[in-house]
Amino acid sequence: MPDVRLSGTGLTLAYDQRVVATDLSVAIPDESFTVIIGPNACGKSTLLRALARMLKPKTGAVHLDGSVITSLPSKEVARRLGLLPQTSIVPDGITVADLVARGRYPHQRLMRQWSRADEAAVAEAMRSTDVAELADRIVDELSGGQRQRVWLAMALAQETPILLLDEPTTFLDISHQIEVLDLCADLHEAGRTMVAVLHDLNQACRYATHLIVMRAGKIVAEGDPTEIVTPDLVHEVFDLRCEIIPDPQSGTPLIVPESRRRVSPATA
Amino acid sequence: MIVRVGPYSVRLAPRALLVGLALVLVACAVTVAALSTGEFTVPVPDIVTALFGQGTPVAELIVSKLRAPRVVTGLLVGAAFGLSGAIFQSLTRNPLGSPDFIGFTAGASTGGIMAVVAGGSAATIAGGAMAGCVITAALVYGLAFRGGVQGYRLVLVGIGANALLLAVNSYLLTRANVNDAATAGAWLTGSLSGRGWDHAIPVALALAVLVPVCLRLARPMRMIEMGDDAAKAMGIRVEPVRAAAIAAGVLLSGVATAAAGPVVFVALAAPQLARRLTRSPGVTMGASALMGAVLLTGADLAAQRLLAPTQLPVGVLTAAVGGTYLALLLRKDRH
Repeated sequence: MPDVRLSGTGLTLAYDQRVVATDLSVAIPDESFTVIIGPNACGKSTLLRALARMLKPKTGAVHLDGSVITSLPSKEVARRLGLLPQTSIVPDGITVADLVARGRYPHQRLMRQWSRADEAAVAEAMRSTDVAELADRIVDELSGGQRQRVWLAMALAQETPILLLDEPTTFLDISHQIEVLDLCADLHEAGRTMVAVLHDLNQACRYATHLIVMRAGKIVAEGDPTEIVTPDLVHEVFDLRCEIIPDPQSGTPLIVPESRRRVSPATA
Repeated sequence: MIVRVGPYSVRLAPRALLVGLALVLVACAVTVAALSTGEFTVPVPDIVTALFGQGTPVAELIVSKLRAPRVVTGLLVGAAFGLSGAIFQSLTRNPLGSPDFIGFTAGASTGGIMAVVAGGSAATIAGGAMAGCVITAALVYGLAFRGGVQGYRLVLVGIGANALLLAVNSYLLTRANVNDAATAGAWLTGSLSGRGWDHAIPVALALAVLVPVCLRLARPMRMIEMGDDAAKAMGIRVEPVRAAAIAAGVLLSGVATAAAGPVVFVALAAPQLARRLTRSPGVTMGASALMGAVLLTGADLAAQRLLAPTQLPVGVLTAAVGGTYLALLLRKDRH
């Protein structure tokens, strides 16, 4: 069993009165690239938000490094655990460099606003996300893919060993989706624990080292995607009949959905 | 631009510093003009001697007793409105989130009118305005609260409260006797005429306490502008920061309204102009305060001199100029 820095036990998650999940327990293996997946409204984003302390569980607790996360000083948590939210608002007229620099907030104080460590972290974050040449551009004027890389750079500048991403590929076209996921895989390889909520099962299988499959607020399966993703699991979770073949690129499971209509020329 | 001394470092934006300096100079120029000109011209060198009690008795009376308190009140009230506007525009991420639009100023007016009708002194009117502002803010905040306050809810609830309070104000004016209605009407326009040191001092005290608070809140507030989740992920405790900012903003607009009446549009325009001049993203507390001071004293000077000897209340001028500005703002945002 690998080490676990971030976990939740006995979580009841709810927005106002609407309960999304009860008695949910989850452990994020350290230095994994964990992907949480499941049909719409299964509670995957809610679980991620709870792990990132955005949502206070009704019962149960999230633990970070052995302490209840809410008992730790908020800025201290922000130096260990970062979150790329699903939607953030770009401040009017801000440049790429200024936005990325905001990721240093948890490391700064009123009288230590810009240390050499801040400068180095921002430069490194912009280099690894390939936005260094956009540094002086206005964020509003960038394409969706570029903008998502800038947000990712801001989260990276935070220099947290754990990074949570809430649907980082939504609203991006396919080439930018792959670009962002490749980047996440690079970051994982460099030693970070990455946790992402994704929509696309094939992408999840290709990139995850640890897959958490959810349905209706429950974890149905978790583990190495190659071991756990089967036609039966896909049917149970997504109500979809499919074939599974090895991904010709990566050898990971590739889901080929069956259609209600038989359209293959062989049976026509 | 970064200044480092040992382990300490501060980030400074050269452009914002230049704009700040320019605004200070303009404020000084307006102050000198306001002290010097008028029906009785006091030459500039005589202003200094008069202020230090060394001038002729006439110059001393006019400069120290009549003009100085008015211009100082204008500077302070303008700064308070500018800061308050910056706070609420940042919290609501919306220029229309100014205290003049979300009911706080209207609530202060209701309190002020009630004090006038009750036959109150200037001090009672100021107290009534302050109380009206705080009570309105508490109600708006309470109604908009749903496990935290979202900017757009604050604006929507505030606009509703604003409409309601304006109706209450009109009703109160129709019920008041003619003299009270005239007094209240003059106060409602917002004016700096006849302001003495007793008007300036409460605003000065409020600013002395709240300006450092606002400067401290500016950095976390800039992060909250990116969304609650983004700010929380950076380790900001969003609700306490927001509550402190709202409290500071309400006190500032309350104390300013208490001193000069509900002068409109300074809180709306000052932060917007400051942001465009400094070109800095997000809320700019210092520049907004300076811009508010310049706008209000400049408008008051113009209101006194443009149609002299007729004296306009400054609120008429800020409403006319501000209305035009708002139209331009909306026109520009339409594309």
